[in-house]
Amino acid sequence: MAQKTYAGVVLDVTDEGYMTDKNLWTKEIAIAIAEEENISLNDSHFAVIDFLRDRVAKGETLTIRSIGKSGIVDIKGFYQLFPGAPLKLATRISGLPKPVSCV
Amino acid sequence: MMQKEEFPLKKVCLICAKGSLEDVYAALVMANGAVMEGIETKVFFTFFGLDAITKRQMNKLHTATVGNPAMRMPNGWAFPSLLGAIPGVESGVSAMMRSQMEQLDIPTVPEFLEMITAGGGEIYACKLAVDMFKLKKEDLSSEVKDIITVGEFYGLCGGQGTQIIFT
Repeated sequence: MAQKTYAGVVLDVTDEGYMTDKNLWTKEIAIAIAEEENISLNDSHFAVIDFLRDRVAKGETLTIRSIGKSGIVDIKGFYQLFPGAPLKLATRISGLPKPVSCV
Repeated sequence: MMQKEEFPLKKVCLICAKGSLEDVYAALVMANGAVMEGIETKVFFTFFGLDAITKRQMNKLHTATVGNPAMRMPNGWAFPSLLGAIPGVESGVSAMMRSQMEQLDIPTVPEFLEMITAGGGEIYACKLAVDMFKLKKEDLSSEVKDIITVGEFYGLCGGQGTQIIFT
């Protein structure tokens, strides 16, 4: 377990940098985590973040496919918003646990 | 003491040579999983594996109900090979498997191919196998980047941190 300071808040994070308490998340924290990854968040990013947080709050498993079907962003767009490993990156920025799905 | 150095996987090249539902999905899940991790991914479909990228076949992949020792009834009993040989049984079982996969949010074959290319993965068909099965570029999924030779595929597999996986 490690601690990180984002937007002036000291937070517990896992060794991979995922927040351990999603309830402490704020938009400012998201912006700070994203800056670490050289992403400057805009409204399209936040639409995805809201969707992810909403799904996780409902207890659903996040998959790339479900994001593609969300109507918010297609899969190509998702990879463009969060380049590299989008599901991992987007959940980390959203203050959510590391996703456990294989698809 | 020796320092243990870690070399992360940078590129995976997958070869899919078989056309049964489980063999094709093994390749697709591994490929998409790599794309999701931000690993450069190339998939080479050859021989019966071509069914997975052939428009006419890709939605009708079957799992073998004969000669498949892991095949079981829904209640866990052994699946008699003779039953598997009855016409229609293999289609029924395969359709059932596909519907169960849908429930688990596992994509269909064409959707999987789209997901892989949307994330920057590349899909190739083997020239020798395409010629052998008398297929043309237009018979293949539009997600197929090119029809290439084995040598050309190996040419794409260079670089440190690259692994070739044969499914």
